[in-house]
Amino acid sequence: MKLTKRALMTGAAMALGLAATATGAMAQDKTKVGFVYVGPVGDGGWTYEHDKGRQAVEEHFGDQVETVFVESVPEGPDSERVMTQMALDGADLIFTTSFGYMDPTINVAAKFPDVKFEHATGYKTADNVSVYSARFYEGRAVQGTIAGHMTESNIIGYIGSYPIPEVIRGINSAYIHAKKVNPDVQFKIVWAFTWFDPAKEADAAKVLIEQGADVILQHTDSTAPQAAAQAAGNVYTFGQASDMAEYAPKPRISSIIDNWAPYYIARTQAVIDGTWTSTNTWDGIGPGMVGIGEITDAVPAEVKAEALALKDKLASGEYHAFTGPLKKQDGSDWLAEGETADDGTLAGMNFYVEGIEGDIPQ
Amino acid sequence: MDLSAINPVLLIASLMVAATAVMIAAIGELIVERAGVLNLGVEGMMITGAICGFAVAVQTGSPTAGFVAATIGGAALSLLFAFLTQFALANQVASGLALTLFGLGLSSLLGQGYQGIKPPATPRLDIPVLTDLPVVGRILFGHDLMVYVGLALVAAVWAFLKYSRAGLILRAVGENHDAAHALGYKVVRIRIMAIAFGGACAGLGGAYISLIRVPQWTEGMTAGIGWIALALVVFASWKPWRVLLGAYLFGGVTVLQLNLQAAGIAIPVEYLSMSPYIITIVVLVIMSADKSRAPASLGRIFHATS
Repeated sequence: MKLTKRALMTGAAMALGLAATATGAMAQDKTKVGFVYVGPVGDGGWTYEHDKGRQAVEEHFGDQVETVFVESVPEGPDSERVMTQMALDGADLIFTTSFGYMDPTINVAAKFPDVKFEHATGYKTADNVSVYSARFYEGRAVQGTIAGHMTESNIIGYIGSYPIPEVIRGINSAYIHAKKVNPDVQFKIVWAFTWFDPAKEADAAKVLIEQGADVILQHTDSTAPQAAAQAAGNVYTFGQASDMAEYAPKPRISSIIDNWAPYYIARTQAVIDGTWTSTNTWDGIGPGMVGIGEITDAVPAEVKAEALALKDKLASGEYHAFTGPLKKQDGSDWLAEGETADDGTLAGMNFYVEGIEGDIPQ
Repeated sequence: MDLSAINPVLLIASLMVAATAVMIAAIGELIVERAGVLNLGVEGMMITGAICGFAVAVQTGSPTAGFVAATIGGAALSLLFAFLTQFALANQVASGLALTLFGLGLSSLLGQGYQGIKPPATPRLDIPVLTDLPVVGRILFGHDLMVYVGLALVAAVWAFLKYSRAGLILRAVGENHDAAHALGYKVVRIRIMAIAFGGACAGLGGAYISLIRVPQWTEGMTAGIGWIALALVVFASWKPWRVLLGAYLFGGVTVLQLNLQAAGIAIPVEYLSMSPYIITIVVLVIMSADKSRAPASLGRIFHATS
């Protein structure tokens, strides 16, 4: 068959026309939900769990909802372009799932007042921008308890991503609870300055292990530190953001699991019903946004029981992970006996508690 | 601050591991440049090797098969460069840059579905007695096999260039391709072989990152190592043993900056993170006094009729 240029072009024009009508018709009855991810959906951690939330939305609403996502979007101007494109493509609701998307989200939201935005782990809101996060520090309290018991060298390594309040809260919470069960415990903190860079995370883990750490906590998203710990032998780790169960029962002895699905479904429902308003959600273990992955048999039974008891107390609200007496690193008083930290201080936390060595990079 | 937390033995041992990938890639590029070809596509060939090796190792369960596949993958990609520069007579700099961009794209395409998977473990060399020796044992006898392969490669390349007739011909081609042609040597054929060797080495270096150093696959995981390898060749003024020295220096700074951080040294992390690159630049500047060492025909296009 001989194809002329003209025939091809007519065909293309027709296809375009068809596509345009098709999307135009669909836009009326389908709610379009966009997701912007900082890592690849296969990272096995943070982004992986957000994508599970997205899949849950698709499953829950079926044909009512169409979801789109863009993965591995760098924080900064690139993310602004991606969000703008999503909004132009007719998204009704956009979830931006990393701290560094905060200002881009606010900027794009100002340009598209009819599109609803949901920014994870940030603190800036607008009429059409909600923020949501999970109280990961509650999970860190449980991890710290287990880590304090499990370490024999009394050195716990911590791989930080960026020195932002969320990460600092995690370090403080883990340290407070490790110290509670093991007064000799010492934290070594390495900042990776990335959320996701397996080579760097692996190197950081190896260095911490070489410097005597036998428990590694990570606030980065890949499973590379788990692999490094496994290669080293007697080192324990915790799954971060996702269960990372492929490294159980050792080195991974428990994990913090983010469970975004209920929130994503509720917010999508709100958009469909037209009841969406700008909110500030910060849920912990109680409402189920933070889960504690199975504590494996590598952990002695009494430690496991203690950790689970702490988890229950955190879930019921009987105990707050930041309960006084607590001092700041410089020795000044922070919380008096029995006093608990307010959300404002926690949201902007930029100091270590007493006992942690080193400075927070500025 | 607690410097005593840094164990020098472990530091040297991990420095050797950190240096291996860049060393293998650089020794391959050294041969390419000694043959008078400038291939800037090292980064692209490394990452292609990384994913080829990773995918095959996962599928077959054998790290050895993975490393073989990585050399084939790297060499195959380099043959594209060879075709462009030796037959189509394209500009070497532009072709090399294109090769890097192409390799990065190709690798993320091939890597779809391999994210978050664990590769089969490569065993560490464990010679009874020898590995248990204090200090020396851990440094000399406690590594995975690839560390030794890298060292052997450097020694082999050195011997090849210095003592073998083939090495002499390779150098002749790199120094003056017209003269070599007049003597009856097949300039294009020799250069293609050199390019393929360079590609194979780059692929092997890439697979070392994805199979042993991390071990995991992620897009863009070589993160600029290929460019460091290129810089190392100049740093080494095209001499094999200096490649080894440069690679260990680079690996040392990389590992040391993390060690200093963990030991709580109050140097801003940003300076430590960029220190390996700064040192590379400084050394390059110092070494540039030694300009005359570059192969005379480096980067020049050869055609038999001209």
